[in-house]
Amino acid sequence: MTEIPKEEYVLKCTSACAGCSSSLILRYVLKAAGPDTVLVIPACCTSVIQGIYPNTAMNVPIYNVAFAAAAACASGMSEAFQSAGKKTNVIVYAGDGGTVDIGIQALSGAFERKTDFLYICYDNEAYGNTGMQRSGSTPIGARTTTTPGGKTHSKKDLDGIVAAHDPPYMATACSAYPQDLFKKVQKALSIRGPKFLHILAPCPPGWRYSSEKTIEMGKLAVKSGMWILYEREYGKVTINGPSKAAMIKPVPVEDYISVQGRFKGISKEALESLKSQAERNAKRLSLEEKGIC
Amino acid sequence: MRERLARSRPVQGACGKTGSWRVFRPVVDREKCNACGLCAMYCPDGAIDEDLNVDLDFCKGCGICANECPKKAIAMEREEK
Repeated sequence: MTEIPKEEYVLKCTSACAGCSSSLILRYVLKAAGPDTVLVIPACCTSVIQGIYPNTAMNVPIYNVAFAAAAACASGMSEAFQSAGKKTNVIVYAGDGGTVDIGIQALSGAFERKTDFLYICYDNEAYGNTGMQRSGSTPIGARTTTTPGGKTHSKKDLDGIVAAHDPPYMATACSAYPQDLFKKVQKALSIRGPKFLHILAPCPPGWRYSSEKTIEMGKLAVKSGMWILYEREYGKVTINGPSKAAMIKPVPVEDYISVQGRFKGISKEALESLKSQAERNAKRLSLEEKGIC
Repeated sequence: MRERLARSRPVQGACGKTGSWRVFRPVVDREKCNACGLCAMYCPDGAIDEDLNVDLDFCKGCGICANECPKKAIAMEREEK
């Protein structure tokens, strides 16, 4: 087992909701990155939970930027550090709204320019800090404040979009597996070039479950195959242990759906679509792992 | 002294003592605890230290520690007002 450093770079305590995955993820991201790190944070939950001026809970430099500008800002920062001869890690820590919807052109641009940085998208599948509005990342059938009858469109395949840019390293992770997340951040930071991490972040108020179930929910997402943990290194796919086990013997998707208030009263068609999408993803990834497609 | 740039400084308790949010308080039964450390690993706010003591000034009472404890050594008890 990898030794996880004891130092905390997220000081007690952020103003995150009780049971928030984002602060759990941030703890491990910063443990893996160490003190020589700059975080670029667009508008998202994290820009709210870091504290109120003149205090901040984060013990690393943070740069708060506009929604659409995170990856563009990190590009400039990474170039500046390079020409100054510094090896500082530049990490963008953005929510799903800032990545899938608003920030996608800056993200695409930075990946095309092969900027040396790490882009982390923590995905709670809606616009959390403004009160759970639907985002491009919200799964079909989920109720949000702007889709009270359940969303009618499927979740955008962000990993597919990023993979099309052919980055040297990209991976998915989940807040319920912090050691796996820690290793992935360390690995990503050891590689030069644009890196991408997509992390599922179960959100107690948004997904409507009680706060103690955050870890359980993340594990259920992986075990039911709704979230697949994998790494793509120079185009080569490796599916990680928990997801491999889930592919052999998955937990029914209903077990994951039924414990969340946002899927209450989901239509049969939406449920079928969720299931078939999960199956398709699993099949495609295992074929890619074997090198067939 | 006035600064030319509006900069925030890292301090503990930047968002106040969040322990006041708590409705249920985690109570550790040391007899049952086998010191596996999962509670500290999963605590979103890092409010549990190496010796597995809960910092009640900052614990928000989410209950993840109690839910994930394999020995069920943590009980959530209602805060007296």
